[in-house]
Amino acid sequence: MQIPLPLQFVNLLASLLLLVVFAMLAQRRILSLINLFALQGVILSLSTFVVAYSTAQHHLYYSAWLTLILKVLVLPWLLHRLIARLNVKWDVETLINIPTTMLVGIALVIFSFNLAAPISQLSQGITRGLIGIALASVLLSLLMMLTRRKAISQVVAFLSLENSLFFAATSATQGMPLVVEFGIALDVLVATYIFGIFFFQIRETFDSLDISHMENLKDDNA
Amino acid sequence: MNILPIDVASGVILLWIVLGLLGLALQRSPRVICSVIFPFGALVSLLLAATGLWALSATPDIAVLPLGLPDLPFHLRLDPLSGFFLALLGGASFGVSLYAAGYFKAMAGEVLGLLCLEYHLFLAGMALVLLADDAYLFMVAWETMALSSYFLVTTDHKIPDIRRAGYLYLLIAHVGAIAILLSFGVMQGGHGVAAYTFDAMRHAHLSGFWSSTAFLLALFGFGAKAGVLPMHVWLPEAHPAAPSPVSALMSGVMLKTAIYGILRVTFDLLHAQVWWWGVLMLTLGLLTAVFGVMFAAVQGDMKRLLAYSSIENIGLLLVGIGLTVTFHVYGKDALAALSLTATLYHSLNHACFKSLLFVGTGSILHATGERNMGRMGGLIHSMPWVAALMLVGVLAISGMPPLNGFVSEWLLLQAFLLSPGLPNSYIDMLVPVAAAVIALSAALAAYVMVKFYGVIFLGQPRGNASAKAHDAGLWERAGMSWLALLCVLLGLAPVFVVQQINHVSQLLLGTQLANAAPSWMLLTPVDTERASYSPVYFLLAVLGVMLATVWVVHRYYHGRLRSAPAWDCGFPAQNARMQDTAEGFGQPIRRIFEPFFKIESELPSPFDVNPKYQGRSEDRLWYLLYLPVRRMTEKLSGWVSLLQHGHIHLYLTYTFVTLVVLLIFV
Amino acid sequence: MMLNMTQVPAVLFQLTQLLLVVLAAPLLTGWVNQCQAWLQNRSGAGILQPYRVLHKLFLKDAVIAYNASWLFRITPYIVFGCMWLAAAIIPIIAVDLPFSRAADVIALVGVFALARMFIALAAMDIGTAFGTLGARREMLVSFLAEPALLMVLFTASMISHSTQLPRIVAAFTQQQFMLYPSLAFAALAFLIVLLAENARIPVDNPSTHLELTMIHEAMILEYSARHLALIEWAASLKLFAYFSIGIALFFPYGIAEVGHWSGLPLAIFLLLLKLLLAGAGLALFEALTAKMRIFRAPEFLGTAFLLAVLGLLIHFLLRA
Repeated sequence: MQIPLPLQFVNLLASLLLLVVFAMLAQRRILSLINLFALQGVILSLSTFVVAYSTAQHHLYYSAWLTLILKVLVLPWLLHRLIARLNVKWDVETLINIPTTMLVGIALVIFSFNLAAPISQLSQGITRGLIGIALASVLLSLLMMLTRRKAISQVVAFLSLENSLFFAATSATQGMPLVVEFGIALDVLVATYIFGIFFFQIRETFDSLDISHMENLKDDNA
Repeated sequence: MNILPIDVASGVILLWIVLGLLGLALQRSPRVICSVIFPFGALVSLLLAATGLWALSATPDIAVLPLGLPDLPFHLRLDPLSGFFLALLGGASFGVSLYAAGYFKAMAGEVLGLLCLEYHLFLAGMALVLLADDAYLFMVAWETMALSSYFLVTTDHKIPDIRRAGYLYLLIAHVGAIAILLSFGVMQGGHGVAAYTFDAMRHAHLSGFWSSTAFLLALFGFGAKAGVLPMHVWLPEAHPAAPSPVSALMSGVMLKTAIYGILRVTFDLLHAQVWWWGVLMLTLGLLTAVFGVMFAAVQGDMKRLLAYSSIENIGLLLVGIGLTVTFHVYGKDALAALSLTATLYHSLNHACFKSLLFVGTGSILHATGERNMGRMGGLIHSMPWVAALMLVGVLAISGMPPLNGFVSEWLLLQAFLLSPGLPNSYIDMLVPVAAAVIALSAALAAYVMVKFYGVIFLGQPRGNASAKAHDAGLWERAGMSWLALLCVLLGLAPVFVVQQINHVSQLLLGTQLANAAPSWMLLTPVDTERASYSPVYFLLAVLGVMLATVWVVHRYYHGRLRSAPAWDCGFPAQNARMQDTAEGFGQPIRRIFEPFFKIESELPSPFDVNPKYQGRSEDRLWYLLYLPVRRMTEKLSGWVSLLQHGHIHLYLTYTFVTLVVLLIFV
Repeated sequence: MMLNMTQVPAVLFQLTQLLLVVLAAPLLTGWVNQCQAWLQNRSGAGILQPYRVLHKLFLKDAVIAYNASWLFRITPYIVFGCMWLAAAIIPIIAVDLPFSRAADVIALVGVFALARMFIALAAMDIGTAFGTLGARREMLVSFLAEPALLMVLFTASMISHSTQLPRIVAAFTQQQFMLYPSLAFAALAFLIVLLAENARIPVDNPSTHLELTMIHEAMILEYSARHLALIEWAASLKLFAYFSIGIALFFPYGIAEVGHWSGLPLAIFLLLLKLLLAGAGLALFEALTAKMRIFRAPEFLGTAFLLAVLGLLIHFLLRA
C-alpha cells in the first residue's frame, strides 16, 4: 500500500513534532526550550501548509501563516524578551530527573498510541497514526508541566500543549473554521501577556520564579 | 532385546547412585574417590548426554517402575524435551565432574565421601526430575535434588554465613516446592490417585480459571528455583557458599531444571492457552534480566557476580518462553518455534559457559584463597591455562561472535524483529521495548564481564596471594577445556544444534524451524533474504584477516619488540593500588542506577591518614519484601505461641475442644 | 554459499571493497582533521598525514610494559581484523556482497563489541590507573551506545524486513521513494552513537591527552609502534565503517549492484562525495560543540537509546 507523498510528509512532520516535544522534555535550559518551541511552530505551520495543499482548503493557508507569524515569531520573541527582562537564563530545575521523565514519556507514548488506535480506524485514510502522535504530544506536554519547577517552562509547556491540539485539529479534521482559529490565536497571545504580567508579580512577591514558593500561600491553619 | 534410550537413562541414574554410595564406602581412601569415582561419574555423564541426543530423534518411551505408591507406581518418560535437557545435564556435568576430580583432592576423607554421595545424588536427582512422568515421582526427585544440593551448599557448615545461606536456600526451595505440589494438585483436578500421572494431566481439560491457577502456581514454584524476581534472593547467597563445582552444577544445570519444569507445565501439560501467561513471563523475565545484570555490575565477590549474572540469564530465558507462549497463543507458530529455539539454545549455552566460569572461580579460589576480586589481579601470568579458558567463557557469556552466546542472542533478537502484527496492540508495542531491554542487558553483560576478567586476571597483583598463585591441575584443566570446547562448538555449528532443538519444537508446538539454506554452515531461521549468519565463515574471515595483517606487518616492516616499564605519566610512585578495584569499575553503573540500589558507603575524610573506604550495594527488595514477610511471620507465630502455656491440662483441653468441634461438623 | 562461477564477480567486488576500505580509511581521518584545522584557522598537516604517521609508527621498535601479557600483544591484530571485517559487511560500493550473508547487522554490532571488549581488556592488562580508567569509561559509553545502535539498525530492518544490510539498502533504493518518519528518529540516535563510539566531541576528544577527559586515548596509552599503528588504523576504519553505515541507512542512493562494473566509478564517486560532506559535517559539528562532563555522557547516550526506541514505536504506529 503506497501512501500519497503529502501524507508521508505530514507523517514525517508529526514524528518531528513528537521528537521536539521529547527534546523539550529533556531540555535543561530555558533559552533552548524557547528555541525548541519556535521550531515546533515551524513544524506545525509546515504541516498545515502541506495539509492545505493536499486537501486544497484555502482557509488552512491562512491558519498556516497565522501559526508561522504567531508561534514562530511573536510568541518566542515575547518569551525571549520576558526572560531577558526577568533575567532567568538559568537551568531548568526538574522535579524528577530527566532519564526517568523520558522513561515515563515512552510509557505515555505507548499508552496514547494504543488509545488512539481505535479512533484512527474510525476516521478515513489520512489520519491514521497522526491522532496517536498528537495525543502523545499532548500528554507529554502535560508531563512537562508536571515536572518543571519554573513558571516560564510551565508556560512553554502550556503553549506546546496548545500546539499539539492544533496539530490534531489540522491533521485529523482538516482544520477548524477560521474564526475559531483566530479566536484561539488571540487567546494564546493574550494568555502569554497575562502570564508575563504574572511572572513579574510572582517575582516581586517571592524574589524568585520558583513555583514551589507558592506552596506558602495556603492557609496556615489548614 | 531392544535397548531403548530410557533404559540407558535409568541405568545412568542407577550408576550415579551406586557411585555415590561407593564414594561413601571408600571414604578412607580419598585418592580413589578423586581419581576413580569422579572421572567414572564423568564418563557416565557423557553416556547420558549421548542418550539425550539419541532420545531427541527417537519416539517418546514410557517406563513404569515397580516402585512408589500402591496405586501410583513411578512413571518414567523420555521424550525430546527431556532428552534435550538430559543432553544438557550430561554435557555440562561431564566437564564439571572431571574438574571436580581435581578440585576435591585437597579435601579430608570423611567429608569427601559424604560429598561424593551428595554430589552424585544431586546429579541423579536432576536426571530423575527430567525423566519423571508423574507428579509423585517428580516431587520425590525434585526434593532429592533440593536436599542434596542443600547439603552440598553447606559443605563448609562451620562458617555461620554459609549456614545462613543454606537455610535461606532451603526455605525458598520449599516454598517453591509447595507451590509446585499445589499446581499439580490443581491440574490433577480431583480425579483420584491415578490422575497424578502427567499423561492424565495432559488429557484433563481444565477450565480457564483452574488452568491459570495451575500455571501461576507452577510459575511461582519453578520461578523460586530458577531465581526469577522476586524469588531470587537465595541465589547470590547460596551459589557463592557452595564449593565451585557444585555452584557450577547449580547455576548451569539445576536452574535449567526449573526452566524445564516451566516448559513442561506450560506447553505440555497446560497447552499454553492464554496470552497473558506469555506477557507475564515476558515482563517478569525482562525485570529479572535487568535486575540481575545491574547487580552483577556492582559486585565485588566474583562468585556473587556470577550468581547475579545467572539471574540475568534466567531472565532472558523467561523472556524467550514468554515470547513463545504469546506467539503460540496468537497462532504464529513459526515465530513461536524461533523463540523456543532461542530459549533452548540459550539454556544450553548458559549451562556451558556459566559452568566454565564457576569452576574457573574455583581454581582461583584454590590458588589465592580469595573471593574478593579487589585483592586479585595479574593472574593471567601465574594461571595461564585458567586465564585462557576463562577468556573463552567470558567472551561467550558476553555474546561475542563467533561463540555460542551470540547465536542464542541472535536468534532471540530475530524473534523480536519478526514479530509485528500481533492482534493486541499493547503487546505489539511491548515487543520493541522488550527488544531494547534485551539489547541493553546484553550490553551491560559485556560491561560486567570486562570487569570480571579484567580485575581478576589482568593488571598487577593487588595482593601477595595473587602474586604467588599457581595454575590449575590436569583434571581441572581437562574439565574446563571440555566446557570451553562446548562453548566454541555450539557457537560454530548452530545449524546442527537447531536441528536437534527442532525435535523439541515439534513436540511442544507441533512445528519446527526450517533452515532455509541447504548448507550446514549458514544459519537461516526464516529465509535467506531475511537473515542469515555463518559463524564458520565469520571465524575464518577474522582469522584470515588477522593472520594476513600479522604476516604483512612482519614481512614489510619488522617484528622488533622490547620491554620497558609502563609509562608512569611523570609520577614514579605508581602501584597496584591505583588500578580500579571491582567496586571502582562498577561505580558508574551504581551511579546511573542509584535509585535501584540500597547503598551504604562510608567515605573517609580527605585528612584521614589511613583512609578506609567501604561501600555496600544491597538489594532493596530484601528490605521491601522479605523483611516485612518475616516480621509478619514472627507476629503470627507470636500469636500462635500464646496458646502454648506449658500446662498439660490446657493442651488436653485444646484436644478436647477440637474433638468436640470436629464432631459437631461431621 | 558454495563458490560457483556466478559468484565470481561478487567475490571480486568484495575483495575490491576490502582493499579500497582499508586503504581509504586513513584518508577520511586525514580529511576530518584537515577540515578541523581549517575551521580553527590553521593550515593543517594535509589529508595524507595519517599515512605518514602510520608509516612512521610501523618503522619504530615496539615497546611494551614488563608485565604485558599475550592478550596485550594480540589485541591490536584482533581489533584491526574486526574493524576491517566490519567494513566488509557494509555495502559501501556495491550491494549484495557475499560476505554479508555470513554476518548481518546484529553480527555487525557483535563485531564492534568484540573489538571493544578486547581493547578494554588490553587496557586493563598493564595495570596502570589510566588503562583501567579508560576501560571503565569505554564500557560505560558502550553499554548505552551499543543497544542504541542495535535499535537504529532494527528500525531499518523492520522497514525492509531483513537484517542483512544489502537487503536493507536494496529495499531503500529500489522500491518507490518513501519518507520514513521512524528513520528520522533513528538518524538522530545514530548520529549520537557515531559521535560516542568514535571517541568524538562531545563524549570524548580524539586529540586530547588530558587524563580527566580522555577515554579512547587512555586505553591505548601503553601501545607503541606497530601496535599503535594498527589501533589507529582500526580507529580510522571504524569511523569509515560508521560513516558507511550512516550512508547505507540514510543516503543509500548510488550504491552499485554487484556485477555492474560500469556502475562502479559512479558508485565510488558518489561515495567519495558523501564521505567528504559527512567528514566536513563532523568537523563542523565538533568545532561548534563543547565536550561534556563524563557523567553527562550516559544521559546523552540514554537520549540516543530512547530516541531509537521511539523510532521503533513510531514505525509500529505508522507502519512506515
